[in-house]
Amino acid sequence: MAETQVHAAHHAPSQGFIRKYVFSVDHKIIGIQYLTLSMVSAFIGMALSWAMRIHLAYPDFRIPILGWLSPNGAPNGLMTPEYYLSLMTMHGTIMAFFVLTAAPFAGFGNFVLPIQVGAADMAFPRLNMSSFWVTFVGFLLAAATFFIPDGPPLSGWTAYAPLSAVGSVAGPGQGLGQTLWVLSIAMFCVASLMGALNFIVTTLDMRTKGLTLSRLPLSTWAWFIDAWVSLLAFAVLLPCGLLLALDRLGGTSFFIPGGLVFNDQLQPHSGGSPLLFQHLFWFFGHPEVYIIILPAFGIVSHIFPTFIRKPLVGGWKVITFAEIAVGTLSFVVWGHHMFVSGMSPFMAMVFSVPTLFITIPSVIAVLVWVFSLYGANIRFDTPMLYSLGFVSLFITGGIGGFFLAQPSTDSYLHATSFVVGHFHFTMGLSAIFATFAGFYYWYPKIFGRTMNEKLGKLHFWLSFVGVYCVFITLHLTGFAGSVRRYSAFVDDFMIPLMPAQRFMTISALLLGAAQFIFLFNAIWSRFKGPKSSDNPWGATTLEWATTSPPPFDNFGGRQLTVYHGPMEYDDEASVMQTSPEASIAGT
Amino acid sequence: MSQIELMVAGGHEVIMEASPYGIEKKKLGMWIFIVSDACTFGAFLFAYGYMRIGTVAWGTPFGFSSILNGMIMTAVLLSSSLTMLAAVRAAQADDGAAVKKWLGATMLLGAIFAALHLREWFNLISEGWRLFANPTGGPAQFGATFFSVTGLHLTHVITGVIALGFVARGYKQGRYDQSHVETAGLYWHFVDLVWMFVFPLMYLMNAH
Repeated sequence: MAETQVHAAHHAPSQGFIRKYVFSVDHKIIGIQYLTLSMVSAFIGMALSWAMRIHLAYPDFRIPILGWLSPNGAPNGLMTPEYYLSLMTMHGTIMAFFVLTAAPFAGFGNFVLPIQVGAADMAFPRLNMSSFWVTFVGFLLAAATFFIPDGPPLSGWTAYAPLSAVGSVAGPGQGLGQTLWVLSIAMFCVASLMGALNFIVTTLDMRTKGLTLSRLPLSTWAWFIDAWVSLLAFAVLLPCGLLLALDRLGGTSFFIPGGLVFNDQLQPHSGGSPLLFQHLFWFFGHPEVYIIILPAFGIVSHIFPTFIRKPLVGGWKVITFAEIAVGTLSFVVWGHHMFVSGMSPFMAMVFSVPTLFITIPSVIAVLVWVFSLYGANIRFDTPMLYSLGFVSLFITGGIGGFFLAQPSTDSYLHATSFVVGHFHFTMGLSAIFATFAGFYYWYPKIFGRTMNEKLGKLHFWLSFVGVYCVFITLHLTGFAGSVRRYSAFVDDFMIPLMPAQRFMTISALLLGAAQFIFLFNAIWSRFKGPKSSDNPWGATTLEWATTSPPPFDNFGGRQLTVYHGPMEYDDEASVMQTSPEASIAGT
Repeated sequence: MSQIELMVAGGHEVIMEASPYGIEKKKLGMWIFIVSDACTFGAFLFAYGYMRIGTVAWGTPFGFSSILNGMIMTAVLLSSSLTMLAAVRAAQADDGAAVKKWLGATMLLGAIFAALHLREWFNLISEGWRLFANPTGGPAQFGATFFSVTGLHLTHVITGVIALGFVARGYKQGRYDQSHVETAGLYWHFVDLVWMFVFPLMYLMNAH
């Protein structure tokens, strides 16, 4: 609580490299730190997916670097089935937590939200700094699993018990690797809870004069709603992780049933329930996919009006209430991950209905974006392309959701690559595309320079086509019965699908290679890109009412007054939120 | 709280508007934390309920003396909410001596609660109860749930006592004002409220 005491103490810009760039309390630096961590994580996660895809399509292909990383897991560069699962676990963990949860929420949220509400910083700057550094330690713990003898855990990003609970007897990586994993996720929970608290208080308490809730930018609305979902969901993953740690280290049997035999050894546990783990995990896990996608909704809804030069259909209300509905419903649908878990079939029915209901606000959001395009004079800059790409991927992925929401069809599809394709579209790549949209959009604000448009568009088209090649094919092979989590399809009924496997692998390699165009563009533009004006897109919200990059206190000591909503666009004309001129779009 | 906060930013004094909700930010922050922490306790208690319903021949180890001990603990913790309230009142009245006195009383009651609780723990442990063991030969789930749920609560109480100590010191030195006492009070009452769930669920339901 001490950090709230004396504003002056930490609102004078810190001098010295360490205080200014490393242990900084400036929300902008913290945002950039989160984005950097996410980008590093994304490339690690992508490299892991490359290794897995190569192994699936070319089972004899040796990857020497894996042999170097883990002589046991990949002798001579040829991965064992267990090591495949380790890579899968870490791909999921790194991508879901350290990329998809971190970048669009903590990354952009930290940089942009305080500026959009007209504040000098977050409500609790030191707590904010702690959030990042706790996340970072969590990341180091997860990354450390690659360098221990048994390698990373193999229980998936969901860490299903009892596999995750019984210890090293369950396989390589289930000893120290899984313990590090649990610690890492617990750290991530704590960091996310601190971040969510900070976002909520900042949005409610730090708004500048005239910035009523109805005038909040749509991105801030989404981060605000998302913070609530985070706050309630991570508060349950934390005890889930603690109980798992107790099972592993304290000898309890929360999640381990009696009579369980692993590797011919009877486990000294009894009376626990693996289903309890799944309930606790998915009570977090389903809201988690909305924690990932809601900021994407917000970023895209924020970018759209700028590039279509008119307000969204339905104004701020329809999209925002859709987001609130999605966030709320996300807490009552977790059981649809458990249709084939052995849960009562009646429970499956109970969870199926709200799951189908959640499509209503999701479809409303999609219709808002699509109808808003009607009759618009669209500017196809890279941020807009990525926003449109997001809408496309979200619709495509969402259609698969209808199949998976119903227990009857899910029982066939659940263990197939259909599910893998589905969630990569809906929460994985949709959120990544929205993150790219945000990155190209806010880059000039963050660094004061503009990214190269040609490279941006090339990056978009290669990514867009690549994503469809890989993940539509995963849907199709799933329909054909191709099982997920298998490390090889060499001698069973899935052999006829090998050409499809090879197609996906080659597409994935090209898709990944295209991301280096982005990396190059981001780094090159940082130093050599053309200098950006304060408001290069002709946007109206507060982050564009200050310099690029903004000064330490965001507005150079000015107290802004807001007169309008965030969507004052009428074709070429626009009115800044801070401008006292008359409204032109009636928001 | 004054309606206007002065912020010194970049060498300029900036007048920031007070919160539109009239609630000060660390107090709001504490409320948000309480919402989140309630979910954490909720998950622990859910796990307890799930275990209990799913376990045949659940052990119920508490005799009269344990229940009496629990009742005394409850009385002590409830009284500490009252003394906390008095501390907040005193802080609002700007009565430094009374703040010190009532915060001290709250800390003392919290410490007594913790001591009684630990005595209970040591009794159970000496009888052979563990996280993973049941001395009566039944299922081990009682120990696992009892020690983890009450352990979490006890951690909150001990953290609270320490936090109150910091608040008392800060208040005495003039670094903290009545809003800090009030915010600490929110936490303390919440911990108290959680006990009103833990006591019936973990003690009364496990009396034989």
